[in-house]
Amino acid sequence: MAEPAAVRLKDMLQKDQILSAGHRMCAGCAAPTVVKLMGMALRGPTIVCEATGCLEVATTIYPFTAWKIPWIHVAFENAAAVASGVAEAMTVMREKGRSEYEHVDVIAVGGDGGTFDIGFGALSGALERGHDMVYMVYDNGAYQNTGIQRSGATLPGQETTTSWAGKVEPGKRQRKKPLAEIVAAHKIPYVATVDPYHYRDFVQKFRRALEVEGPAFIHAYSPCPRGWRSDTSKSIELSKLAVEVGIHPLFEVIDGEEWIMSSPSKNLKELKPLEEYWAFQGQFRHLKDPKWDDFKNQVQDQMNHDWELLKKRCGIE
Amino acid sequence: MTTVERVPKDKITVEGLTGDAAIAHALKQSDVDVLAAYPITPQTIIVEDFQRFAADGEVHTKVIPVESEHSAMSACVGASAVGARVATASASAGLALMWEILYCAASMRMPIVFTVANRALSAPINIHNDHSDGMGMRDSGFIQLYCQSSQEAYDTTLMAFKLAEDHDVLLPVMVGIDGFIVSHNVERVEMLPDEAVQKFLGVRVPVQPLDPKNPITMGPLALTDYYFEFKEQQDRAMWNVPKAYKRIEAEFKKLTGRSHGMFEEYKTKDADIIILAMSSMGGTAKAVADVLREKGEKIGVVRLKMFRPFPTKEITKAVGGAKAVMIFEKAMSFGAVTSPLALEVKSALYDLEKKPLVVDFVVGLGGRDVPPETFVEGIEKTKKYLEKGKAPMYETLGVRK
Amino acid sequence: MSEKFDEIPMAGNIIEPGNAMKYKTGGWRAQRPVHNPENCLWIKNGTCGRCWIFCPDMSVRLVEKDNSRSYEYDYDYCKGCGICANECPTDSITMESE
Repeated sequence: MAEPAAVRLKDMLQKDQILSAGHRMCAGCAAPTVVKLMGMALRGPTIVCEATGCLEVATTIYPFTAWKIPWIHVAFENAAAVASGVAEAMTVMREKGRSEYEHVDVIAVGGDGGTFDIGFGALSGALERGHDMVYMVYDNGAYQNTGIQRSGATLPGQETTTSWAGKVEPGKRQRKKPLAEIVAAHKIPYVATVDPYHYRDFVQKFRRALEVEGPAFIHAYSPCPRGWRSDTSKSIELSKLAVEVGIHPLFEVIDGEEWIMSSPSKNLKELKPLEEYWAFQGQFRHLKDPKWDDFKNQVQDQMNHDWELLKKRCGIE
Repeated sequence: MTTVERVPKDKITVEGLTGDAAIAHALKQSDVDVLAAYPITPQTIIVEDFQRFAADGEVHTKVIPVESEHSAMSACVGASAVGARVATASASAGLALMWEILYCAASMRMPIVFTVANRALSAPINIHNDHSDGMGMRDSGFIQLYCQSSQEAYDTTLMAFKLAEDHDVLLPVMVGIDGFIVSHNVERVEMLPDEAVQKFLGVRVPVQPLDPKNPITMGPLALTDYYFEFKEQQDRAMWNVPKAYKRIEAEFKKLTGRSHGMFEEYKTKDADIIILAMSSMGGTAKAVADVLREKGEKIGVVRLKMFRPFPTKEITKAVGGAKAVMIFEKAMSFGAVTSPLALEVKSALYDLEKKPLVVDFVVGLGGRDVPPETFVEGIEKTKKYLEKGKAPMYETLGVRK
Repeated sequence: MSEKFDEIPMAGNIIEPGNAMKYKTGGWRAQRPVHNPENCLWIKNGTCGRCWIFCPDMSVRLVEKDNSRSYEYDYDYCKGCGICANECPTDSITMESE
C-alpha cells in the first residue's frame, strides 16, 4: 500500500523525514527544505541518485551522511543516467524474483549547473527513453558549490564570479534557459515548477510526479543566501517573491501539451516589478546605478512578455 | 564446492562467430540484468546482436540505449549499485568519453563487465585497431584482459562476470579484442549450453547494495582524512585478482578443457629472444617464432592477456632468463620514458641481478598492419642491440621514415 | 578518524543512515531564535507549524503529548538562519544575539 503524501502539518509531523540535521549546508539555504518537502511526498521505498553539487557535498561529508534513504552520487553530469540504471535494474530484478519490492521510486536530484548545463544531455536522453523516474532540479541560479559561477539558470542582471557586474557589464546579459519548457517539449507525462514557500503545492506536485508512469520533472526554486548575498532569514520569502515577480511561475504541464497555471501564480492580479526581487539581494545591487536603466527595462519587458505567453499557454486571458 | 564436470561434446554448440558476436553470445548466456551501451565502431555488433536477442525475447535483460557512452557507464554504475549484473561495450572515442566514470565504477567497486573492441583514438579519426584506448584507461582501476581470438573473447567474457563479482575483488573488468582483426573476423567458437553457464556463473550476490530496507549512502565526499584509505582498499582488491582469476579459470577449464592464463607462453623455456605482445599480435608472433626456430634461432613468445593487474612476478619469471625481450605494442605514451607495456616490463625486471635487454617497438598504430616481416625486422634489430648491449628506450616500426 | 583502511566499509559507503546527527552544527550560530508561546498558533491550536516546515536544519521541535503542545529548538543543530522568525505569521519568534 502506498504511504500517503503529507500535505497538512499533522501528517508532516508523523511522516519519516529523509534528511537529518547535522548536514553542512549553509545557514538559510533552502535546499534542505526542498529535500524535506520532497520527502513529504514519498509513497514508499525510494532511491535517490544525486548529481555533484552543494547538496550532495554538504550532506555526505564522510564519515557522515544526512540521508536516511538509499542514496548514490556518481558524478556531476550523470544523475539522470545513473537513475535510469537504477530504475531499470530494480524492475528487472523484481521480474527475476531478486527484489523484494513491488516497486521502488527512483528520484534523480541535481542543481541547476548539473541539470541546465552539464547534465542536460543525460537528462534529455533519460526523458526520451521514458524511464519511470522523477528528476528534480533544485535551482539556486548559479554554480554555488564551486563559488557562485554563472549557469544556464542564472538570471539576466545577476552578478556571479563569472558574470561580474563591471563598468561595462550589468552582470549576466543572457536570459535564463527555459528548462521546464524544454523538458515539457519531450512530451513526458508530467512537468511542474515548485518552490518551498508554497509547500502544499510542492508536495502535491511531487506526489503526482511520483505517481505518473514514466519520467516526470520537478523544477524547484531554491534560494541561496551565500551566492545571492541575501539575508539568511529571507530564503523562503524570496522563493515566494520569485513567483510573484514571474521569475519562477508555478505551473504544470501534462504530456507536454496541457499547461495548467497553479493557484499561487494564477491568483496574481499582475506581476510585481522585478525591482522588488532585486532589492533583496546583493547580487543585483549594481542595477541601482541609473546607467543600467535601459538594461533593466529590457529585462522587465522580457519578463512581462514571458508571463503573457505563459498565461496564454495556460488558457488564461 | 560443487564438483565441476566437463561438458560433453554433444552439448557444445559450434558456430562461426566474429569476436563481437562471440561476446554478444557470452553476454546473452550470462543472464545480464542491465546492458547500457552506445554504438561505436568496431564494437557495435556486440550491442546490435544483443538487441536482437532482446527483440526475440531470448534474454531477460533491460537494455538501455543511452544517448552517450558517458551515460552508458553511468547507467551501469546505477544498475550495479542496486545489485544487478551489468555489462556495457565500447571502443576508442566512446571509451574516452566514459573516462571519468571508469574511475567512479572502479572506485565505487562496481563489478561491471566492459567489452571493448580496441581502436585507435582521434585525431585523425581512425576506426582501426590499436591499444591507445585500453592504455588510456589503464590507471582507472579496471581489470584488463586482452583476448586473441573469438573463442577466448567468449570464454573471457563469461569468466569476467565471475571475476568482477567475486567478493575478494568487486572491480569492473575490461575484456578487450582487437578492433576488426578479432571483432569482425569469423572464427570457430565452441559455446557451452546455457545451463552450464548459469551453473558456472550463478546469480550475482551483491555486497552493500542500495536497498530501501538498509539505506546506505554511496559515493560521498571523502577528503584528506579518509580518501586515501579507500584507495588502499581498492589497490588491495586489485591484487586479489590473480588468485581469484586462477581459481575461476581452473573451474572453467574443468568445464571446457580450455584455459588462457594471465599470459600465454610459447617456446620460451630455452629462448634467447622472447617476443612479448598482446592480443592478436600473439598469433603472428608464434608463427614467426616457428619459422625462425626452423632456421635455428631460439625465439619464444609471451602473449600477455592480463595487463591489469600486471602479473609482475610471473612475467619476470617467464622472460627473466632470456637474453632479450622484444616488446611489440600498439600504444604510445607521448613524452614518456618508453611505451606503456615496456614501462611495466622494465619495472618488473629492474630488481633482477642479471636482466634481459628490453627492446620496445611501437607498431600498428591506427590499424597499420603488423605482418611477420615487421617481427623479423624487430628480431634483426634486437640481435644488433644485443651485440651492442644497448637498445633505444623505444622506437617505431612500420612507419614511413 | 583513526580507523585503518580495513576497518571502514568499502568504497566510502556510509552504512549508518542519518549519522550526520553526530555532527553538531549549532556552533555556527551567531543569533539564536527565541520562541514566545503567547500567540503561537501551534501552542494555541496545533496549526501553522511554518517554522517546522521551513527550518532547513530540522531544529524546530513541535511536540504534542496528552493534548498539550510544547515547542522547543534543538540548539545542537540550529544554525541561526532566522527563517523561522521571518516566516512566523504571529511574530512569536525573535532572533537574539548569542
